[in-house]
Amino acid sequence: MGYKCIRVATAAVLLILLILGPAAAVERPFGEILQALPSASYEAKATLIRELAETGHPRAVPVLRALSEGDLYVRKADQRVFIVRKGEGGYDLVDPLSGEPAGQAGRRDVKRIGINNTLRNVLAAQLASLSLAAPEAAVRRAAVAQMLGELDASLAATLRARLAEEPDRGVRGMIREALALVDLQAADEATRLAAVQTLHGSLTPEARVRLMALAADPEAGEALRTQARQAVASIDRWRSFYRLMETVFFGLSAGSVLLLAAIGLAITFGVMGVINMAHGEFLMLGAYTAYVLQQLLPGQVGLAVVLAVPAAFAVTGLVGVAIERGLIRHLYGRPLETLLLTFGLSLILQQAVRTIFSPLNRSVATPAWMSGAWQINPALALTYNRLAIILFALAVFLALLALLRFTRLGLQVRAVSQDRQMAQALGVRSEWVDALTFGLGAGIAGIGGVALSQLTNVGPNLGQAYIIDSFLVVVFGGVGNLWGTLVAALTLGLANKFLEPAAGAVLAKILVLVFIILFIQRRPRGLFPQRGRAAEA
Amino acid sequence: MGLLWASLRRDRGGQVLLVLLLAAIILVPLLNLAVPAGAPGHLSAYTVALLGKYLCFALLAVSVDLVWGYCGILTLGHGAFFALGGYAMGMHLMRQIGDRGVYGHPVLPDFMVFLDWESLPWFWHGFDLFPFAMLMVLAAPGLLALVFGFFAFRSRVNGVYLSIITQALTFALMLAFFRNEMGFGGNNGLTDFKDLLGFDLQSEAMRVSLFVASALALALGFLASRYLTVTRFGQVLNAVRDAEGRTRFLGYRVENYQLFVWVFSAMLAGVAGALYVPQVGIINPNEFSPLNSIEMVVWVAVGGRATLYGAALGALLVNYAKTFLTSAAPEAWLFFLGGLFVVVTLFLPQGLVGLLRRSRA
Repeated sequence: MGYKCIRVATAAVLLILLILGPAAAVERPFGEILQALPSASYEAKATLIRELAETGHPRAVPVLRALSEGDLYVRKADQRVFIVRKGEGGYDLVDPLSGEPAGQAGRRDVKRIGINNTLRNVLAAQLASLSLAAPEAAVRRAAVAQMLGELDASLAATLRARLAEEPDRGVRGMIREALALVDLQAADEATRLAAVQTLHGSLTPEARVRLMALAADPEAGEALRTQARQAVASIDRWRSFYRLMETVFFGLSAGSVLLLAAIGLAITFGVMGVINMAHGEFLMLGAYTAYVLQQLLPGQVGLAVVLAVPAAFAVTGLVGVAIERGLIRHLYGRPLETLLLTFGLSLILQQAVRTIFSPLNRSVATPAWMSGAWQINPALALTYNRLAIILFALAVFLALLALLRFTRLGLQVRAVSQDRQMAQALGVRSEWVDALTFGLGAGIAGIGGVALSQLTNVGPNLGQAYIIDSFLVVVFGGVGNLWGTLVAALTLGLANKFLEPAAGAVLAKILVLVFIILFIQRRPRGLFPQRGRAAEA
Repeated sequence: MGLLWASLRRDRGGQVLLVLLLAAIILVPLLNLAVPAGAPGHLSAYTVALLGKYLCFALLAVSVDLVWGYCGILTLGHGAFFALGGYAMGMHLMRQIGDRGVYGHPVLPDFMVFLDWESLPWFWHGFDLFPFAMLMVLAAPGLLALVFGFFAFRSRVNGVYLSIITQALTFALMLAFFRNEMGFGGNNGLTDFKDLLGFDLQSEAMRVSLFVASALALALGFLASRYLTVTRFGQVLNAVRDAEGRTRFLGYRVENYQLFVWVFSAMLAGVAGALYVPQVGIINPNEFSPLNSIEMVVWVAVGGRATLYGAALGALLVNYAKTFLTSAAPEAWLFFLGGLFVVVTLFLPQGLVGLLRRSRA
């Protein structure tokens, strides 16, 4: 019963197809149509091209593209059609149906399938409409973007047809923009005005160019030119807005790097009062951990980076605890001596890395999911690695905040930093807390180093570049205040990026340094000074 | 003056330093000029210049010790004052080249011709006159210290905060001097000097004169600093170092004392820089690097804080070790320097001078 039903349905469909137009009438397989191409006249070729496109065959796009680029040949011996790639010795043949290599041929053994300009236009339109029907919105978007440069009436017709059935809102918007670009050339004033209206705020570079031309065109009407001028102004406003957004994004990512570098310091300096000049070298150790893991796990770039985060935390945290237990605890209460001691340590660590790994910079590969950019619109793209670092920095910050706020260790750390003697009297082992706090600060620097390895090359001097900045962030934000560190890091990152276009990178850096020097004169205890008894110590 | 004399009679280390300097002033020229080359005991021009360089560093160390040892200001940016003095001298030496540069321009130094500059920037005028240049050797670091110190001390920035902003200061200056647009030769700095006061810088007599000048400057700088520390003014400085708040409550204007010694020390560092440049033949922005400034602090820490002569001793020893190690085992130098920081802060809080005192007691 069911079987019969299907047969009837199939027959009905076939019947309908037969009645519907010539395309369906010649329901021939792709290969057969293709073989008909070489011997057909130009007019017949146009029909065949349409038929090829309408089969919806997966090889239709490469074959039509080859035809439009003059790469489709017929072999004289057996009249078979091939796609040809010009190789060293002669022509490399590619089977048009499978895309597999199909041997070689001499120059004289094959003949190109000729096309003329009319056919070229037919091909362009068919190719574009094929891509327009692709299932992925991104491919369709790319297809429309591709057409913007070479719009003509036939493409416009394809686009208009597509507009009705396009499900994606973004692609619909792009098609409307493309159609408006075509309409700008229309004879009729009202259509042109409507097109200008559509292009208000369009971000495609093509739209701005065409509107500028229209605004300066003496043959266009006064109203049209005024409208065009306004549209250009609106485009420029939007573009500068997105430029601003982009600068904000760069500033936030630079600020996040600073935050990752400085936040460990904020703990050791702010909570313990220890000036750790070797903090930058903890960053460097973290970055080298990422490098070593990538060497140990060849071909597993993403896994290595993910594993590097806990590994770097462990490595630098342990080094930190060892340094605290072995050296720094002898110098509590003498901040200037601690500063000198840790500076000596930073020199030793740098030279050790230089001796072990080499003084040259190493590059750490970026995993695929972190390369590339998120293209929001033609004027704004956010790179994934910077986006990842912003999110990562915030996650680390929140985790640290939660650790200090909600865990037992956090409670003890806060107790010791507020009143060491009273905490000891209440049974807190302050020495143990000191060691763990220092290890925590160092470990977070190590994590920051992993993040840095995704932005720059890893070298023995990596830490040096960040130590002064990190100190300034901590001092600017106010010692002993993690929120202050967050605000200071993001502020300095933004300030740097906003000054850069006007003043150049070096001058921007100098201006920020001078600003901080002046700021500390006004507020010697930073943006958010610590209050109470601990502040006086 | 009587006060200085009295304090020197008690200052055995200072006496030793002065006697050694006197001996060097007499012996070094003799060994270089009177003993023929190749004979035993002859000092080559290279060695004389090297010794002269050490003496400049010793003077710089004395200036650091004056503010750190006696006033409690741990400066991590004294290299800035040293380099500014050096640049003032370097600018004079550049102007002395005249038309003997590679491009043969009568007025503009080579790097300005290379950058297609039309005329001399305003701040280069006057440096062809030796007295003006010498004035600037004192004035440039002095003014910077005055402005920086005025604001910092008035706002009561102290301790590690002060250390960090001095470091930021020298870092900012380094970045600025690396820029070609600043007009100080960018990252190549100033070099290719020919002569000073009409005498060839490469000549033996000139080398010896510069050495003697450095020794005299160190002796005078030491005596002036010693005098400062034993006057009533110096007593107040010590009080500021040990209990800043209490000194203020007793009615002293702490910031004025700090500012005076800070500016004085910056000028001493400037003089050291000015004597250093003709002896090494180049000044470039690396002199501003924070690492250099921190090295100066370790000279003082190794010798012994708050002794002045100890600082000079530390500078001589550490720099001798640097010369020796960077040629014998370049890898080891940073290990050694880093190790020095660690050992001195943990085990020798009074430096070598403290070690000597303890062993005698």
